[in-house]
Amino acid sequence: MALVVVDVMPKPEILDPQGKAVTQALERLELPGLTVRQGKRFEITVEGEVTPERLEQIKQAADMLLANTTIETYNVRVEGQ
Amino acid sequence: MADTVENAKNTPDTEQPWAELGLKEDEYQAIKGILGRRPTGAELAMYSVMWSEHCSYKSSKVHLARFGQLEKTTPRGPLLAGIGEQAGVVDVGNGWAVTFKVESHNHPSYVEPYQGAATGVGGIVRDILAMGARPIASMDSLRFGRLDAPDTARVLPGIVAGVGGYGNCLGLPNIGGEVVFDDSYYGNPLVNALSVGVLRHEDLHLAFAKGVGNKVILYGARTGGDGIGGASVLASETFDADGPAKRPSVQVGDPFMEKLLIECTLELFEADVIDGIQDLGAAGISCATSELASAGDGGMHVDLDLVPLRDSTLSPEEILMSESQERMACVVKPENLDRFFEICAKWDVLATVIGEVTDGDHLVIDWHGETIVDVDPATVAHQGPVYNRPLAYPHWQDELNASTSADLVRPQNGDELAAALMRIAASPNQCDKSWVTDQYDRYVRGNSVLAQPQDSGMLRIDEETGLGIALAMDCNSRFAYLDPYVGAQLALCEAYRNVAVTGAQPVAVTDCLNFGSPEDPEVMWQFSQAVDGLIEGCKALGTPVTGGNVSFYNRTGDVNILPTPLIGMLGVIDNVADRVKSGYAAADDVILELGNTNEDIDGSAWASVMYDQLGGRPPAPNFAAEEALGKALVALAKAHLASSAHDLSDGGLAIALAESSILSGLGAKVKLEGDPFVALFSETPARALLTCSPAALEEVSSVLASHGVPFAAIGQVADTNELEVEGQFTIGLESLTSSWKQTIPATLGVGV
Repeated sequence: MALVVVDVMPKPEILDPQGKAVTQALERLELPGLTVRQGKRFEITVEGEVTPERLEQIKQAADMLLANTTIETYNVRVEGQ
Repeated sequence: MADTVENAKNTPDTEQPWAELGLKEDEYQAIKGILGRRPTGAELAMYSVMWSEHCSYKSSKVHLARFGQLEKTTPRGPLLAGIGEQAGVVDVGNGWAVTFKVESHNHPSYVEPYQGAATGVGGIVRDILAMGARPIASMDSLRFGRLDAPDTARVLPGIVAGVGGYGNCLGLPNIGGEVVFDDSYYGNPLVNALSVGVLRHEDLHLAFAKGVGNKVILYGARTGGDGIGGASVLASETFDADGPAKRPSVQVGDPFMEKLLIECTLELFEADVIDGIQDLGAAGISCATSELASAGDGGMHVDLDLVPLRDSTLSPEEILMSESQERMACVVKPENLDRFFEICAKWDVLATVIGEVTDGDHLVIDWHGETIVDVDPATVAHQGPVYNRPLAYPHWQDELNASTSADLVRPQNGDELAAALMRIAASPNQCDKSWVTDQYDRYVRGNSVLAQPQDSGMLRIDEETGLGIALAMDCNSRFAYLDPYVGAQLALCEAYRNVAVTGAQPVAVTDCLNFGSPEDPEVMWQFSQAVDGLIEGCKALGTPVTGGNVSFYNRTGDVNILPTPLIGMLGVIDNVADRVKSGYAAADDVILELGNTNEDIDGSAWASVMYDQLGGRPPAPNFAAEEALGKALVALAKAHLASSAHDLSDGGLAIALAESSILSGLGAKVKLEGDPFVALFSETPARALLTCSPAALEEVSSVLASHGVPFAAIGQVADTNELEVEGQFTIGLESLTSSWKQTIPATLGVGV
């Protein structure tokens, strides 16, 4: 079993209302100077080996479902074989 | 290193990306002519977005000018503001005024359905806010490709969730609208968002910048890189098949920021510290500064370095073009600044002085201490190119009008009539739209009196007197395709009728004219015809057009959408307690059919659903009959004589009977005169279904007769579970209701 992680983030030029809300909340908690952008992390447990074909499948999954590529970017990496 | 005015003078031959920014060669030359030199990069950015079709109305202007001949008066008195303002303002009585407007957000909603639709709602709400009004409700007319087409499963749920998400977060009820399916919208859905707001007469504010030394303030969200050039690129071009890579960045909305902006702006108005105001929509700061400056009596100086940014790497051109949402610009007297900032701080709204009104007549924008824009603001905002584009009678029009529905095999007996009714009731355009509307909050704010699935949405305005307004949005684009002149008039009539059946007096119109490419002379002909039809219709009904929006380039590949001149009609009701619902009220009530029925089968729901056929001539509008019907309906509602009323339109009497039963759970027994097929499925306008108690029948008859409305008692409401057409068929309400309800969930799934 191997673990593949897909990190999804709002594109840098796109407004991130959630990150903005967290940033403002931190200011209210008197933790200023921390600008947050909020994304999401998918941990995918892969049966068997992580072959290039498998990675390709995961990229497809990211394109079609995990990320909204119009406004988000994603990064796929193998965390542990 | 920014391209300064000085630099532009010294380097006249620098190549500039005018074509990439959507400008035509002669437009670029015109800009050079206006300035007497080449534009700087920042000036080019401003002119290109402000001269785009979306912002400048360059193809429609010559036609829209004809709306000027309409009286600026509603049946309730003069308009307080009309075309040319951010939104029209109508006097509804008791010192109350209502402002309303519809705007399209079609292309962005195709690229990114959720955010495109959400920011469409946000944009029109800010237009209403900029008039000094409190936004009180939304409505949306949505059009998609075929329900079962693959991309509809992506576009529809996203758009519906976006409309709902943004509106619900703002705390605005969504009180109705339309959901329509047709192949022509497949790669080009329509999202026409309407917002309505209310204000006291004395609180009306119009945008302009006057008074030398007054400060120009930008407040709301920071400016980021979203939607850069969206106005010119998104709204002016079509989408290629190899889409994604070319997709420009879209805007993401933040409804909670917008909510703060609404409350903050209303308090600023109340404190009387705003001299001029403009919302930032398409073309962002370019639009706000040039419009504010050209509407005022002086010039304006803006220091672009002062604009609060989300991304410090933005170039001045990008700052000027950014379409970051939830921003407003206003002009404030120096002595009011303290109070202004105090109120903004209370609402956690960032506000920044970015410039001031000057005694010159130019809009001057500096960046890092150097001048990068020095223009006459009117040349940017109002003196854009005007095209008198060629019109051509469509080469297919005669053939289309000749291929009538006459050859279609009609139902031969009761069973076949029943089967047709069942199939039309379950068709995507006639079926239950709860899947969509259940995602919208219809009752927040506590003043929604009627909402979907009623014929119009109704809101209480004045709690003491019960004064209220009704709104309907309608367009049958199949009729508009058969004849755009008549189609626009029929849309007007249907919206008029939908308001009147609820008991409200129709008073004013906002329109959203959605068409294909204006560079296609046949599309321009359709557009021109629709405008003319609408003007004549509005004259006849006495309802002025108060403002609206034009959306061109709605097409997929070479296929233009069906012409879609959408009408939003505002009605006024003296007391919302008088409202009339469309579902039956009680068993034994008499069912009356109002208006005359002709054989109007061309372009009907029957021809579309049963044969997928569209050809022939649309029904002829009858304004005198429509107005008489409207007046009679309002009088009957006021006298509490009508127990229910429902307009007859798509699907004719058959669908009206079906819906009135479905909505009330009561059966009906009717008897039809003449050809039962025509009686059931013809779509002649100026007709309605009305019920009253047997005791009220005589009085109802005399009201109808005194208004000159022809009518016939066709049956009665029954405490049964059946819709019976005597001598023809009996349909069980249970199976009718379930097939009406299941269409959208069966295709898109129940889970939301």
